[in-house]
Amino acid sequence: MNAAVPLLQTVALSKRYPGVLALDAMDFELVAGEVHVLFGENGAGKSTLISLLAGANTPTGGQILMRGTAVKMSNVHDARRKGISAIFQEFSLIPTLTVAQNLSLGNEPCNSGFLDRKAVRERATSMLADLGFEIDGNASISDLTRAQQQMVEIAKGLRSDVSVLILDEPTASLTDKETQRLFELIRRLKAKGVGIVYISHRMQEIEQIADRITVLRDGRKIATVEAKSTHADRLIELMSGRAIEQIYPHIAHKPTEVVLKVDGLSSANGVRNASMTVRCGEVVGIAGLVGCGKSELFRAVYGLDAVSSGSVTFKGQPRTGASVRQLLDEGLFYLPPDRKGEGLVLGFTSRANITLPLLNGPLRGRGGWLRRRLARKLSSTAAERVELAPRNVDRPVALLSGGNQQKVLFAKGMTRDAALYVFDEPTVGVDVGTRSALYLVIQKLCEGGAAVVVISSDLPEVLHLSNRVYVMCRGEIAGELEGDAINESRVLGLFFGSNQ
Amino acid sequence: MNAMNPIPTVAVTTPSAESRNRVVAFARAMFLRLGVLPFMLVIALVVFSLLSDQFLTVANIVNLLRQSVYLILVSMGQMLALVTGGFDLSVGTVMALTSVVSAMAMRSFGVMLPDAGWVVMIGGSMCGLLAGLTVGLINGIGIAFIGVSPFIVTLGLQSIGFGLALYLTGGVPVSGLPAEFSDLFGFGRLLGVPIPILVTAICVAAIGILMSRMPTGTHLLAVGGNAKAAALSGINTRRVLLMAYLVCAGLAAVSGLLLTARVETGEANLGGTVALESIAACVIAGVSLRGGIGRVPNVVMGAIFIGLVQNGMNLASVGSYLQMVVLGSLLIVAVVADQIRHRMVVPGSH
Repeated sequence: MNAAVPLLQTVALSKRYPGVLALDAMDFELVAGEVHVLFGENGAGKSTLISLLAGANTPTGGQILMRGTAVKMSNVHDARRKGISAIFQEFSLIPTLTVAQNLSLGNEPCNSGFLDRKAVRERATSMLADLGFEIDGNASISDLTRAQQQMVEIAKGLRSDVSVLILDEPTASLTDKETQRLFELIRRLKAKGVGIVYISHRMQEIEQIADRITVLRDGRKIATVEAKSTHADRLIELMSGRAIEQIYPHIAHKPTEVVLKVDGLSSANGVRNASMTVRCGEVVGIAGLVGCGKSELFRAVYGLDAVSSGSVTFKGQPRTGASVRQLLDEGLFYLPPDRKGEGLVLGFTSRANITLPLLNGPLRGRGGWLRRRLARKLSSTAAERVELAPRNVDRPVALLSGGNQQKVLFAKGMTRDAALYVFDEPTVGVDVGTRSALYLVIQKLCEGGAAVVVISSDLPEVLHLSNRVYVMCRGEIAGELEGDAINESRVLGLFFGSNQ
Repeated sequence: MNAMNPIPTVAVTTPSAESRNRVVAFARAMFLRLGVLPFMLVIALVVFSLLSDQFLTVANIVNLLRQSVYLILVSMGQMLALVTGGFDLSVGTVMALTSVVSAMAMRSFGVMLPDAGWVVMIGGSMCGLLAGLTVGLINGIGIAFIGVSPFIVTLGLQSIGFGLALYLTGGVPVSGLPAEFSDLFGFGRLLGVPIPILVTAICVAAIGILMSRMPTGTHLLAVGGNAKAAALSGINTRRVLLMAYLVCAGLAAVSGLLLTARVETGEANLGGTVALESIAACVIAGVSLRGGIGRVPNVVMGAIFIGLVQNGMNLASVGSYLQMVVLGSLLIVAVVADQIRHRMVVPGSH
């Protein structure tokens, strides 16, 4: 391969959506046989860039060069024919079909117009064997674990001759062993001259496999650096545009009495024998892989999922399987992880969303009339506490940015004082400015004597905010870390259930 | 049962309880694999053979099969729409429109060419099929290319088509069809097999091959299973959706033609209840309302089951008003069973 001509190159590549410039004049290059990591926050433009490279989207400006010649990709299939294959976080597998059917989907082997079902199965077997994945080709996708689905997805991405492979957080649901197997595969592909674009947030992984790293922020390229000579802290500074201390506030934890005690809790949704305590005046982090049960644990505590055994004690009272209404009134505030699906009524204004939980409580006046003036006052105060700009208070939340929507969601919990705040993925898809504002809210709540639980897939967030961290693995609590014992390698070790 | 157990005599359960457990486990496995149909079929067979001695006779069974072909055809089309994650409420309208248009075309061709019954018949049938396919084409364009929900497009067309059929005929049945038409497609036999059954068998075989032996069948299931993923796999989802609604309308049109030949008139009231019946037949046969799952043999059985229930109720002299109540209940029971099955397969889903 000629190293002078990059395998894949973008020149001033831009993508404008109505109202947002998602990617701004991006210059990026990938040479054959390298692993090039894209590093940046949610919304920095990584996903937009790879969607353009993979043909899932079309650019509004600039061009993409492949081996020096300009190419246009009208769809994913087109890109794949040119040798660019992308494996997105959102799987492109059909849950109701078998592994073999999925691996041939859109490119079925045919025998004079008829489907060659034997060839479909044989092809799947040889593809999986080549990669060393032990998966039954006749199994239905819906019967596989998420990690197995990820492997099928990777096999599918490699089914044609690939010269550029794009991986979007491929290890998010893999165990340590599976991750190592994936890395071996990546090294093999590298040796064959495949260029790999790799998105990851995990420092350890980046140290292991990256050759070069391009840092993105707000749709722009900040820098491309050599992986060998760049320290992790420097990467985070480049990514966020500020030093770490400026993003995460220093929270003074003063743990007092226990407010929530969970004892041997199991739920129908996969939580197994979980025990934990939360005290007033501290932030407790819950970490773990996707699907480890960290969300489900608090769904069960909050009465959203059925509890099958164990007990929940809130403020000293037994509250196992209590209703959402009762827990809310007693001072347990829960912020759901999916603001569009579960958190907000998108057509309502911010104000209406903030006061929604109060309609059956404080806002119900004499004779059942709505106390409108009180609603205005409460919602304005709550909006101020989360620094939601006044002009956003009376707009429908569907028109707000992700960061402002998240502020509205936080504000729902600020209309009255709760004893325990549970934030499930508090900053998912939110810009840095909003993040530090939300962390300040968490700091104030904690230092004001409330108990806070932060459930998050964003490891730095859990590491920097928490006084204690519980790590979950396969529905169980794999371990508890406190104070100075909280660090990335310890937490990651517990992700896979290995106690030390 | 347990070869590893060193002391086989410590079984806690008594033999009868154990065999009962095995029956329950078997029923559960059957339910997961095949859905609610086998259970309903057994119940219906038992109930109706108790209610009427004529029910389980060869003559009645043949009669039942002959009566079911119209619904089998429509249900197969309905299945194509359902597996893509939609449905088609306009199948009844397609039948009515096909019936009225083919009958009127045959009558006017008959005036022009009084001596060429075969030409009249073929020309008229083509006109009817075209009318039906037009409805399917509009459904497909609306759903696949404009992105309107299948509910609205097919509901709207159901009204439009029915209104047109009534308007064209003034509500009066269209008579004066060539005798060849009814003789062949209504009452004809080839090698002793009634022609409607033969036509249906060909269609069932064709759809069976399409679904399990052609890439298109997998594509239909894929679009219903996860449309975005299907598109990412390079499948032209619009073309697949368009085809599903076109073939669906085509099958309903064939059914309408056969029924027109049977009743020897073109009628705007044909297929009034067929949308409900075909969806019920599919859902009972385990076709998922979420798309992605559906098997041709099961759907044929589902349609025969609906025919069997109607036949049994007729023999047991259950009035037509009460039959509507039973049919609606069956549909809801089938959907509830589908929901329970889905929850057993995917724990934690709602």
